[in-house]
Amino acid sequence: MRLDQAVSPERVARAVYTGIREAACTLRADVLEAIRASWLDAKKHESASRASEVLHAMVENALIGDRDQVPICQDTGTVWVCLELGEERRVSGDVFSRVDFAVARAYEDGKLRMSVVRDALFDRTNTNTNAPAFCEVRMVPGKGARVHVMLKGGGSDNASRVVMLSPDAGPAGVKRAVVECVREKAANACPPLIVGVGVGATFDKVAGLAKHALLRPVGSRAASDEAAAFEQSVLEEVNATGIGPAALGGAPTALAVHVETAPCHIAALPVAINMGCCAMRSATIDLVTEEGYALEFPAAQTWEGDDMNMHRVADQDAQAAEEAARRKERA
Amino acid sequence: MSEAIELNLPCSRHDLASCVAGDSVLLSGSVYTMRDAGHARCLAYLEEHGELPFDLAGQVLFYAGPTPPAAGRPLGAVGPTTASRMDFATPQLLRAGIVATIGKGTRSAEVVRACQETGSVYFAAVGGIAALLAERVVHSELVAWEDLGTEALRRLEVRDLPVFVEIDTAGHDLYRSIEGSCA
Repeated sequence: MRLDQAVSPERVARAVYTGIREAACTLRADVLEAIRASWLDAKKHESASRASEVLHAMVENALIGDRDQVPICQDTGTVWVCLELGEERRVSGDVFSRVDFAVARAYEDGKLRMSVVRDALFDRTNTNTNAPAFCEVRMVPGKGARVHVMLKGGGSDNASRVVMLSPDAGPAGVKRAVVECVREKAANACPPLIVGVGVGATFDKVAGLAKHALLRPVGSRAASDEAAAFEQSVLEEVNATGIGPAALGGAPTALAVHVETAPCHIAALPVAINMGCCAMRSATIDLVTEEGYALEFPAAQTWEGDDMNMHRVADQDAQAAEEAARRKERA
Repeated sequence: MSEAIELNLPCSRHDLASCVAGDSVLLSGSVYTMRDAGHARCLAYLEEHGELPFDLAGQVLFYAGPTPPAAGRPLGAVGPTTASRMDFATPQLLRAGIVATIGKGTRSAEVVRACQETGSVYFAAVGGIAALLAERVVHSELVAWEDLGTEALRRLEVRDLPVFVEIDTAGHDLYRSIEGSCA
């Protein structure tokens, strides 16, 4: 171990690989605990037998995924990566192309589903690597460096939205927007949900707040008492919908509502709702110790010969480009 | 709750008539995976030829894109995708002979009407339990559209696949009754 201000792209990539493999097959401990508690609760009520059956299946599913190292959900998602760097840290090189390499390796090695198309509008052919990842870098206080990895399923992301409210809408308006979104979309988002809510910042940033809210462990306290009380009141109203586990009725519809707030324009009240499903998959991996020493990650067995793999990906890209050119010619 | 109904597939519409919205059902036999891209192709074929491709008449569609084989099983993980994305094609496919569909989430009023009109059922499978559901798949084979990757048409042989009747042949919609009872 050595004290090193620079975080190498290789270290980030290896951490991302580790995070993907783990998150795809092993349900987050906090989510599993919350589902288990809900199941025990539902078991006590005769009228909640459908909810109890569904929640029990979710607990069983988590055990099978972890035991057999198979994905807990067939939609192994798009990969979202947030690299957090303390102010004394820097990262050199083209870190995100190395992350894309790690994504391709993790999806191949983990037998995960390739769910990314080349272009949303003009070329919906599969990239066959699940790359690219959707990445961001955040500067944070302190000496630390860590990476958050989230595998986001299509169903729950499709059930998400951004709304720009008028400031006078206030907390009641935010709550209404969340509950409306749950009523309209929760059935498609694989409840019980973790509802990530972003409030504030700007049109583009508020969605990021909602996404980051999903990383917070279920059962952890909000940043302030005021926020905790607000989260609790929204959660109660969400659960009063009775949509229930797998949208088959009963409780709970959501395990948690997490709200992240930020400053914003005097004229604005941006709200984003990012739905997290019952198989919410994320991992947070430290890249340095508390003392600031580098943590090393083993390369995957398949990591060697990566040039060959990169060529394979590059070949596929070249083939796709040729194919697109041919199509254009024919048209 | 009453015991789950056991249903062997393929089945007739007569067999489906006894399924009531809210029933717990265990499916055994053949189901065919089809998602967004497959529905577009299937519908195009139906419109051109006047019948379903690959002898799909009488069969059950499972809206699912599985992961590759793993842990000695034909599929590592398999589970339902959002059914409403298939609503654009479902009424036509039901009229052409598909007898039941399996997915997650709500369906359009047109699909509810088509279920009632044709005597078809929409089953809800639970989203987020794909490792458990994959244990109930005993065989998987590619039928067509390999170029679609996970969206290819596959025939799965399932044993005791747990589902719930969401829309029955009388047009009862479980989700709408849940929604109505808590509004």
